Amino acid sequence: MSIETISLSGRKKEVSNKKMNFWESLYLVAIVKGLFITIRHLFTRKVTIKYPEQTRELSPVYRGQHMLMRDEEGRERCTACGLCALSCPAEAITMTAEERKPEEKHLYREEKYASVYEINMLRCIFCGLCEEACPKQAIYLTKSQVMVKSSGKREDFIFGKDKLVMPLDMAIKNTQTKAAN
Amino acid sequence: MDQALIIEKGIFIVAVFAITMLMAMYSTLAERKIAAWLQDRIGPNRAGKGGILQPLADGLKLFAKEEFFPNTPNKFLFVVGPAISMSMALMTSAVIPWGDRLEIFGRTVILQATDIDVALLYVFGVLSVSVYGIMIGGWASNNKFSLMSAMRASSQMISYEVAMGLSIIALLMMTGTLSLREIAAQQHGMDWNVFYQPVGFLIFLVCSFAETNRTPFDLAECEAELIGGYHTEYSSMKMGFYLFAEYASMFISSTILVVLYFGGYNYPGMDWVEANWGVNPANIIGIAVLFAKLCFFIFFYMWVRWTVPRFRYDQLMRLGWKTLIPLAIANIIITGVVILLADNA
Ligand code: SF4
Ligand code: SF4
Repeated sequence: MSIETISLSGRKKEVSNKKMNFWESLYLVAIVKGLFITIRHLFTRKVTIKYPEQTRELSPVYRGQHMLMRDEEGRERCTACGLCALSCPAEAITMTAEERKPEEKHLYREEKYASVYEINMLRCIFCGLCEEACPKQAIYLTKSQVMVKSSGKREDFIFGKDKLVMPLDMAIKNTQTKAAN
Repeated sequence: MDQALIIEKGIFIVAVFAITMLMAMYSTLAERKIAAWLQDRIGPNRAGKGGILQPLADGLKLFAKEEFFPNTPNKFLFVVGPAISMSMALMTSAVIPWGDRLEIFGRTVILQATDIDVALLYVFGVLSVSVYGIMIGGWASNNKFSLMSAMRASSQMISYEVAMGLSIIALLMMTGTLSLREIAAQQHGMDWNVFYQPVGFLIFLVCSFAETNRTPFDLAECEAELIGGYHTEYSSMKMGFYLFAEYASMFISSTILVVLYFGGYNYPGMDWVEANWGVNPANIIGIAVLFAKLCFFIFFYMWVRWTVPRFRYDQLMRLGWKTLIPLAIANIIITGVVILLADNA
């Protein structure tokens, strides 16, 4: 097989530059053929997804909004080691560490915790590397389909602990179901 | 002229204008819907139920836009351009027979604004003036792209008017009249001209695409080369007028096509309906039939637009001068020979 006839995609077509005869130069046959192709599409199923009412089916590896997890006793897992911030390719995570006081033992699992933990949602690319980096399994990307709300202020896109930490009742429910099983 | 006639004609003209406007308005929606459907999309469906209020929303948007004037010495002409386009698109509707007649309060109302005996010439006259709308608009924009587009549009229109006129001559030889009312009446029942003049119809169809500046002949506004063509500098409702005029003239040219070749308001079995149900029902069905036919042609215009890519300028000229005109002349000769043979036989 010579190099000219090889077709990797199997769809290679020779370009023909032959002169059109009179009937072809009327373009009639070609246009009628084209019209039949388009009219078929009039009756095919439409591919549009009517967004707010319908949502797209997401892939099994979809990564949505982050969540800072709590353990079985409802304590925050994060120990403010900063590995997630280090691994983040978009440099979206910032945090401030603080030492746990003795009376806060029921709130934080480790002796050090993040008093401030912020993710800038304008920077985050939802790659999930923070989740992979975390040694304490504290941060996860959930399957939540709630998108980040649009806003005119940049501050609205910096999600603090109030938005990121897992709600307490959710942690309680998780523990209960685990105990039941 | 008695007063009743003036009132009758006045009402009729207003009704025709209103219907033309309405059709043009909803053609814009239909165009977007059909474009979407042909591309496996749904199209506008948010304004009103299924997008039924979309034309109003579009109009409102255009009204709310800033009225922009380019730095041109011809401010007057700049305004005149869209006005000519629009008024010429509407003026053609004067001679179209929308139906045969209605009997209201014992009066016979002829469903035509005016029945002049040179109606066809009138249509052609108005059509050739409508190129001034684009020409003047493009010139007054003081912009090379607009000027280029105006030149293209006018040379295209002039070229295709020749072929269009020649295709009509063959039809005239058959019908022997220039009055659209008589041409429509001659095609009684199923006796439509398209069966006698298929080639003439085809040429006329292609030329009306060119005359209304629709794809594949929309060289005047090809975005890729000329930005927006002659309406590059236009904004707000002046822009709206140009767009609207295109749809209005599409509506009118579909109507002329139907009246000339597809029997206008005629439909098979109309004598039976008139004999059994009366004159008014027969003619109301006739009007409905006319609208059904012309809606099909409007659909056809859109169907072609979303199928065929734009011609190159040299292809356009070659098609007009080297293909359509010889074909039209051959059609005239063959028609003449056939008429002669039929008369002698
Ligand atoms: S998902 Fe990726 S980009 Fe977003 S915070 Fe985590 S590591 Fe950074
Ligand atoms: S979320 Fe995980 S990786 Fe990030 S600071 Fe907390 S413990 Fe470390």
